[in-house]
This record gives sequence, structure tokens and C-alpha cells, in this order.
Amino acid sequence: MAILQREHTRDEELTPDRLLHDKPNTASGKIAIFQYLTVAVFVFLVSGFWKLQVQNPDVYSEAAERNRIKSTPILAPRGKILDRDNRVIVDNKASYSLLLNRDEIKPEHLPAIAEALQLDYSELSKKIRRMGSIPQIIIKDQLTRDEIAWVESHQDAESYPEMQLIKAWRRQYPQDGFAAHVVGYVGEISESELDLPQFIDYHQGDIIGKDGLERQYDSTLRGVDGQQRVLVDNMGRERQTETTQEAVPGKDLRTTIDLDLQAVAELSMADKRGAVVALDPRNGEVLAMVSRPAFDPNKFTGRITRSDWDSLATDPHKPLLNRAIQAQLAPGSTFKPIMAIAGLETGVIDDQTEFFCPGGASFYGHYFACHLKRGHGRIELHRAIAQSCDVFFYNVGNRLGIDRIAQYAELAGVGHKTGIDLPNETQGTMPSTKWKMRMSRQKWYAGETISVSIGQGAVTVSPLQILSALSGLGAGGKWYKPHLVKGQAPVLLRQGNFNPDNLAKVISGMYGVVNEWGTGHAAQLPNIKVCGKTGTAQVASSDLTKGAKLKSNMANNAWFVAFAPMEAPEIAVVALFENGEESYNAVPIVRDVLKAYFDKKARESEAQTARVRRFTPPTLLTAPQTAIAVLNVPLPGGVVQ
Amino acid sequence: MYRSLRDLDWPLLIVTLALCTLGVLQIYSATLGTKWEDAWWKQIIWVGTGLAMMWVVATFDYHSLLGRVIYFYIAAVVLLLTTAVIGNKVFGSTRWIHVGGFTLQTSEFVKIVLILLIAKYLTDVKAGNLEWKDLAKMGAFVGVPMVLVMKEPDLGTALTYLPILVCGILMAGLRWKYLLIITAVLVVTLPIGYHFLKPYQKDRLVSFIYPDRDPKGTGFQVIQSRIAVGNGGMWGRGAKESSQTHLGFLPVPHTDFIFSSFAEEHGFVGIVIALVLYFLLIMQVVQNAQTATDKAGLYICMGVAALLLFHVLVNVGMVVGRMPITGIPLPLMSSGGSNTWSIFLMLGLVNSVRLRRFVN
Repeated sequence: MAILQREHTRDEELTPDRLLHDKPNTASGKIAIFQYLTVAVFVFLVSGFWKLQVQNPDVYSEAAERNRIKSTPILAPRGKILDRDNRVIVDNKASYSLLLNRDEIKPEHLPAIAEALQLDYSELSKKIRRMGSIPQIIIKDQLTRDEIAWVESHQDAESYPEMQLIKAWRRQYPQDGFAAHVVGYVGEISESELDLPQFIDYHQGDIIGKDGLERQYDSTLRGVDGQQRVLVDNMGRERQTETTQEAVPGKDLRTTIDLDLQAVAELSMADKRGAVVALDPRNGEVLAMVSRPAFDPNKFTGRITRSDWDSLATDPHKPLLNRAIQAQLAPGSTFKPIMAIAGLETGVIDDQTEFFCPGGASFYGHYFACHLKRGHGRIELHRAIAQSCDVFFYNVGNRLGIDRIAQYAELAGVGHKTGIDLPNETQGTMPSTKWKMRMSRQKWYAGETISVSIGQGAVTVSPLQILSALSGLGAGGKWYKPHLVKGQAPVLLRQGNFNPDNLAKVISGMYGVVNEWGTGHAAQLPNIKVCGKTGTAQVASSDLTKGAKLKSNMANNAWFVAFAPMEAPEIAVVALFENGEESYNAVPIVRDVLKAYFDKKARESEAQTARVRRFTPPTLLTAPQTAIAVLNVPLPGGVVQ
Repeated sequence: MYRSLRDLDWPLLIVTLALCTLGVLQIYSATLGTKWEDAWWKQIIWVGTGLAMMWVVATFDYHSLLGRVIYFYIAAVVLLLTTAVIGNKVFGSTRWIHVGGFTLQTSEFVKIVLILLIAKYLTDVKAGNLEWKDLAKMGAFVGVPMVLVMKEPDLGTALTYLPILVCGILMAGLRWKYLLIITAVLVVTLPIGYHFLKPYQKDRLVSFIYPDRDPKGTGFQVIQSRIAVGNGGMWGRGAKESSQTHLGFLPVPHTDFIFSSFAEEHGFVGIVIALVLYFLLIMQVVQNAQTATDKAGLYICMGVAALLLFHVLVNVGMVVGRMPITGIPLPLMSSGGSNTWSIFLMLGLVNSVRLRRFVN
């Protein structure tokens, strides 16, 4: 405008000359309008730049950064799970996963991508919608060679540029459900888990431990994912790497599991339902833990298919249940050593006290049978434990009363979680007058005590609980917290101030069970003093199988708990053989594990000088033909040579 | 008959060369490492030759040009028809013809012919106000090349002919009654007509005009341009430092979207300086209209001013996302020979008017 004004004044001086011409005076007003219009146009344009560049420049600089920086997650491998001798139980295998970059996803591409990768289109689009805040969504793991080739040939700018391959780690578990319940499995974090406070640092799409050690020690095992930031052009071509933040692998988890014992226990439980647990009573280290039927955790790695999940979840035999810590069953006669120590310690009996067993007895107007129909005759404590006389313990229980039984049983851990480092342990039930009042607002009837005396009635335990209870007695009345991870200091849970003589009498009875033609004589080992207690428990009271339609589920459960050596127990083993009919069916399972333990110990002391730790297939006494099968026990890679 | 070199419009020339300099620098920066790497020195050649053309045109008396305008017009229409027949097809539209070693975008030079034609017609109308038949005639004169250019298809360039016509009519003086009727008819028919179209028809209309001009979708270009502009911020990312431009997210950063690239590298401060230069350029042309000795000179200068304003509004408006994408270049800055030459030819006309303002 300044120029305009200046020029105009110069024109004024020249007017005489110009008047002669066809001066367009009429247009001057219109030119002014044009000038104002021009001003308006420039104000309009400048305001546009002001809005984009000055008012909120961050929005666009971030958008520009999103344009040019492609960040690729570098997934951290989870820590390995090792046995006590650092042999690998759970490993990782490199694989490829496919992710979609949210910014570039075009809805019309999804059907083609879903089809090529054999994904369900509706599930895929649902997933993308659900993960609204996640910039990169992993849609498939463990891509096959063909799928990788397809992705590589279709991720150009013209086809499906949202696709990106990343290196991932696939969890590799032992085959056929070996130790499946102990190690657990991993899976994508669920919506409900994300809402929980302990998952505050987790994001949608994260892989987390879902069960077992994977879940319990998730924070140890999981690493920190890294990120690579690459400068890309508009065609998605990588120009240069900006920054790389390396992934921090998860820490390995060294467990207390002994793969040798685990293998034997798995093998001896093959084709059976139930559980086996072996632990060291001196410190609570769990050496083996088996629950059968099992599941294959490899099917869970990444994204389990719905049909696989349904068949696992609806299986009447509940393969997902870790029977070792979650079964709640009547302990049957395995409860008797607890009765014995309670009777001796309270003084209601001594080792000379005799009862007459005619094959049953009446209490409070009800007849209670002994398992031996012809009766044991006159019987005292030692023989009563060894031969598992029910009538003897009916009388002991009757003299003790329920609350004194509960006092000693709870000292041994019945009715309390052992506190093992696995998720979802159940606590079992130890009835008492208070318990009944709390549960059903009714008085305890003395008649109910009689069933409890032989481990029936309302009393329920998990295999780990009864193992801990009896092995604690065997270890002199000291109960350590069972645990699965090496390197923890033993935690003494409870200690009983028992008269050593009383304890010795109970243990001697348990020695009799195995070594004096008692109910567990099949567990005898040469040169090793094995103590134990059998149990044949009725399942009618069991919550686990209540309502089950399978007829076989009504058969008795067979129990056997043993520890050895008698004087200073190093190992204690429990076997629960569900619907095993008779307790002696559980005995060989325990014996196999005990034998494997002592055989290995002998081998190691022989080979003390050359400490080559190598897995050697264990030999089994009862079934030599299975020794061949042992070689086929699918163990994780690197274990079987 | 002209006075001397001293009487050229030096302020106009300085502003013009300043804008050309910004343009060449920005073309250099935006095309570094691309297949258009040589565009900056080609642009220098075009500006140099353009200056020469401007000088030549300025030496002509615009009255003699006006006297021959009907031949120019016939030549222009023939040229457009020739383009349609033998032209080069680029990006799906036929706009260019080979002349010697050059490719010329014929529609660019039609602008000059139309400016002269409108000026000639309006000076010949003796009555103070235009009648319907005058409007119809002028509409037809502009309409023929417009339709031909639209068919190329090049809607953007075709639309640039309109401001020449509209500005001319308004400057000549339109009866209030006519203005009201035309405005009313436009206001009523355009939106109603548009609303009667079904969505797919609207899409078809657009895609009829632009079949495959931008395969990735105009939305993508608008977004990328806005991101580039916003990324510049107050002070800009610095020359050659702009990611939107140099990683190829910005479409054609040396031609239609050169101002996006400029805005990204030089920020708000840079674009204000550039826009001030454009403002001065247009105002200086308008000033020449004011000082013109006759109506013909006024119409020529105002036609040029209107065309420049339209170019800046549509191109820069598109860059900031305030105008639809039409694909017309930014005068003097965008790389390209035909457009640069046509602008210099127009500035030659303006100078021709200026040089003869004291002549009898």
C-alpha cells in the first residue's frame, strides 16, 4: 500500500498531461475493492499458516515423525526355566510374527491378509478394534515359511504396507505335557487381567505367564522389549537406523525340579489320573511334581485355537487342573499318622493301648466298618498304623474329640495352604466345631468325629498338603514351606514340640507299613529304610468328582505317602492315583521315584571325581520293558543326548 | 515509442526476481537427491528467458497487440486443438506439445490471449454498461478454451481463466440488476444442483474431471501437505532438513506443493516474507492499472492482477488445506517453463502499459 500511495502522489503532479486521455476514473472505486479483496485473501492465507505452524505445531511435528520413523519392536526372549542342575526344561525358539502398523491399516486390506494367513476375518477385525490404543498389533505368531514369503512379497507400498515381520521368540515346552502344570504356559494378556493392579505395567497384546511358574515368576522371566527406530521414506524403504534400544532378555529361572525324578514320576503316572509330588523335607524343595491328565503347553504359546481350548476346558477329567496342589480329596488312612501323634501327645493313648477290632465298631448309634472285614483282633498303635486298622483310630478319635484332632492336623498343615510358589493353590478343609459353626451354623456331632479319624468325612487335602504334613512329622516335626525355585532360604512354617519318643513311635509304625508286611510293603528298597502310609479314600465326599457322570469316578482313590531314610528323611513322595481302587496301586509309583532318587545319589557318589552331569535314563524295577520307553520320554532339547 | 529502460517498473521487477530466487532455492532444496535434481538450473534458464520475453513484450505497444488479438485467439484455440491431437500424455492428461527441444503447456499461454481479448472487448464496448449479449459473447470467448482445457483434463488451469473474465466484467461495470440476478442464479442453482447429486455421482463428477491424476487419493496429499506445513513451526526445519519433503511424503514438492516444502523448511516467518512479496507483486500490478492512460491498459493490468491473486489463493490455500486440490502452480516459485514464461509475458504486458502511460 505504501508503494501505492507514493506512486499516486507522483501521478497527481502529472495530471495536466493525463487529463487529455481516456482516464478510467470510473474504475478507481472498483480497484479499491480489488485491493481490499487482496488484503482479505492474504489475511486468510496467513491465518491458515498461523493455525498450522504456530498454534499447535506439536501435532504436526509428531505426525511428521510418525511418518518418517518406523519403530520395530525387538522382542525380548523370556528367561529359560531350568532344573536344579541347570538342565533346560523350557526354552525359546526363534520364529517370526506378523504385526500390523495401525496408522497404515486399510480396512479393505484385512480380508486379503486374513485369507492369506488363514486367520478368521471377523476375529481379526475385532482384535484390531479392541486394541484401539496400540500402534502395532501382532496378528500372527510362528509364521510358516510360506507365510513369511507371502508377507515379504506383499508388504510393499502398493500392496499391504501395514504388514511388518518381526523376529519373535516362541516358547518351547517339553512334549506331551511333561511338567506342564509346574511350568504352566504363556498367553496374550486378557482384558480382565489388564484391569488388575498387578498388571499395571502391562499392555494390550503382551504375552504373559498364564499359569504355573510362568505366571508366578512372570516378572523374573519376562524381559524388557527393545525398539529399533528406522528412518523410512514414503515408499516404506528404510533409509537409516536412527536408534536401537536393545531388548533385555528375561532372567533364567532355576527350579528345584530334578528332571530325572520328574521323568520317572511322569512315566509312572502315564495313563493314570492323579498326582505325584516329591520334596525334600529338610528344606521344602520340590523335586518333582506331576499331575495327570496333562495338557500340551505348546498349544498355548501365542494364540491357542478355540477348539483346542474348548476341548481342554470341557474335558471331564480336567487336564488343566494341577491336581498336586488343587485337588481336594479325602486323605483316607494317610491321615492316621496325624491321629497317632495327636493321641500320643495328648496322652489319650500310649503305645501299649490296645483296642479290639472285630471288623467294625458302633459309635453313637452308627456302625463304622474296618477295611478288614474279618477284623484285626486285639491291636496296638504300631500294628494299627502298619495294617491301617480303622477301628483303632475310631477309638483314638473318639477319645480326642474333633478340636484336638484339628489342632494337631492344622499344626501339620491340613486346612492351610502350604504357600508353594505356584498360583491357585487350594487350602483343603480341616473340620472343627468352630469350622462347622462358621460354615453351617450347626453344632458338631461327636459321631462326625469318627469318620474324620480315618481321614474321611469333611476333611480334604491336596497331595502336596498331605505330603508336607507327613514328611514334616518324619523330619522331626518341622514343616518347611514347599517351593519350586532354587536359591531361596528354607522357610520354616511350623514346628511341633513333640516328645521325640512319641514321634519315633509314629515313624516306627510308618516303617512297619512298608517293611513289616504292612499295606505299603511294595515300597521296600534294599538298604534304604522307607517309611510310609497308604490310604484308600472314598470319593463320595470329594468336591472334585461330585456330580461327575463317569462311573469310574466313584471308585476309591489310592494314596501313598512315603519318606526315606527313616532316621533323617531326604526325600518324601506322595502319589495320588484317582480311582485306583486299592491303596497298594499307588505304592509302586512312589517306590519308583524313591528308587530313582537313591540310585542317582549312589551314582553321583560313585562318580564324585568326574562330575559329568548328564541325563541318564532311570531304570525301573517293576517294568523293565519301560526302560526302553524312557528313552522316548520326550524331554526338552539338549537333555536327551 | 517507449521512453527508456529507466521507466520499467523496477519495484515490480525486484519483487519478481526476489520470488524467483526463493523459488530456485526451494526447488534446489526440495529436489536434492531426486530425479528432478536438475530442475533448479532449468528454472534459472526459464527465469532468464522469461525476463527476455518480458522485455520484448514491454517494447511492443499493447494497443497494437490488442488490434491483432482476434488472430491470437484463433491461434490459441488451434493450438489447444493441436495439443489434444498430438499432445503428450503425462499423468493421464494431455497438456503438452513438443516445440523444438521444449515441451510447452499450451493452456498456460492461452491466459495471455484471454487477458488481451477481454481488454479489447471491454474497450470496444462504448456503452457504459454491459448488456446480456456482451456477457454472453465474452462468456463464449472464454468458454471455448476453458472446455478444451477441461477436456485435457486440467480443471485447475481451466479455472484460472475465470478470474480474468470476472475481473474484466466487474471493472467495466456491471449493472447492479445484472450483478444481483447473476449472483442469485449462481447462489440458488449451484448448491441445489450439487445437492441433487447422489454421493456416488459427486464422486463421479470429481473423477470424471480427474480420472487418475493422483492414484493415492487427494486426501493423502492434503494431509501430507498440512503435516509438512505444521512441521515447519515458527522458524522452520531449515533448508534440506525437512523430512516431509525429503522422504517423499510431500507430493511434487518442487511444483504444485513447493510452498508446503518452503513452509516446512522456513516456517511461519519464511512464509510471511514470501506472502508479503506476493502481496507487493499484486499491489504493484494494480498500481500500474491505476496509472494506466486508458481503459485497455487498466483491463490488461487488472486481468493480470486477478489471475495472480487467483493462483496464489488457490495454490497456497491448497497447501494449508483451505482450498481443494486443483493442481495449479504457484507463480514464479513453482518449477516449470510454461507457467514461468506465461507469468513473465504477463508482466511484460504490465510493463508495456506502464511504459506508455505518458504517451499521447
